[in-house]
Amino acid sequence: MSQQPVVIIGSGLAGYTVAREFRKLDTETPVLMLSQVHAGFYSKPMLSNAFAQHKNAESLLIKDAAKMAAEVKIDIRQSAKVTAIDPEKMQLQINGEAQPYSKLILALGADPIRLPLQGDGADAVLSVNDLDDYRGFREAIDGKKNIAILGAGLIGCEFANDLVVAGFKVHVIDLAPQLLGRLLPQESAAFMQRKLEQAGVVFHLGTTTQKVERVGGQLSLVLANGENIIADVVLSAVGLKPKTALAASAGIKTNRGIVVDSLLQTTFPNIYALGDCAEVEGRVLPFVMPIMQAARALASTLSGKPTPLHYPAMPVVVKTPACPVLVSPPEPGAQGAWEIEENDDGIKAVFNHTNGQMLGFALMGAAVSEKASLTQQLPALS
Amino acid sequence: MKTWQCVVCGFTYDETKGDPEHGLEPGTSWENVPADWSCPDCGVAKADFEMVEV
Repeated sequence: MSQQPVVIIGSGLAGYTVAREFRKLDTETPVLMLSQVHAGFYSKPMLSNAFAQHKNAESLLIKDAAKMAAEVKIDIRQSAKVTAIDPEKMQLQINGEAQPYSKLILALGADPIRLPLQGDGADAVLSVNDLDDYRGFREAIDGKKNIAILGAGLIGCEFANDLVVAGFKVHVIDLAPQLLGRLLPQESAAFMQRKLEQAGVVFHLGTTTQKVERVGGQLSLVLANGENIIADVVLSAVGLKPKTALAASAGIKTNRGIVVDSLLQTTFPNIYALGDCAEVEGRVLPFVMPIMQAARALASTLSGKPTPLHYPAMPVVVKTPACPVLVSPPEPGAQGAWEIEENDDGIKAVFNHTNGQMLGFALMGAAVSEKASLTQQLPALS
Repeated sequence: MKTWQCVVCGFTYDETKGDPEHGLEPGTSWENVPADWSCPDCGVAKADFEMVEV
């Protein structure tokens, strides 16, 4: 009987990295990657700063599926929609056909969260969560001038900076009173806001978009504070929701994400999850560095050497050239306080536990140069 | 001297500046960056992902 493949559902960074790392350890076992779309490899973090890099959707595509399959030595099936997983029989339903697996890796990613909006323009609000979305967004803004961005988080601020530098008029709306609400202390957020405002971005904070209506080829946004913004294109960047439906329908435990232990194993043996869809011991970390760490640990486990995932400290770079940012937020509920040092060139915020241990930091502007020395002082996450 | 970009996260490595924080003197060519160096922003190993010249 021939050996059943390791099947990876998803062709994003998580799927490709686990395939590549596994191939370093095991050159024999067949690996089948399933992609809902075309499985082209690209840099997702660059979608929100591609203008500054002089890149469009075509130049962001690094390699297509055929090249990736040859390079990583795996099979890739495009337009493969998995409709069901049967953990007992160890098989999938793909486009109505059964596909057995020996090990199954869920690298499904996440969906953009969509705000409930009223008005006949609500369906015109765009999200950019993959390369195809990005292509559509670039087409939509071609020749246009006014962009409204819903969300002043990491992705919203990166897009705002990128678009304002490219010559667009950019408005950013967020219910939170500050930028990057979940990552930054108030003083740092205020510094970043000033820098982005100096670059030309207009912020509307502490309010929310209630209605989007079509007005003569443009979109009119009505905010809860009574303001009215006219935009050619509205981009929503209010966060991501892990894709859990497929796993949940198979009886795999899900919470915020697909629940996995430190071996990245779900509640079923031989089914694993990583990346933006996974909740690893209570944490959902939709960033590149955690994916790389998880992919290496999982590849080792798949090759027969169970390897628990240990996260080191993983500062996140926010790609806003008007205000370079490096942030390593303290864990939710951490005991301690921020200490802030600020001057014209930058701001350094350090979160210290009451016992003196540094638990997080947010560096901006010139302070980013202290990255290496401060990162060394951070404890590992697990 | 050239500038290289990480294909995964967009980090740029400028040969003229090197990466002194991680032991690479200014002027270190990409060729001479050791194989165990990894992208300081995303952790991608040099050996895994070719940096692209920009």
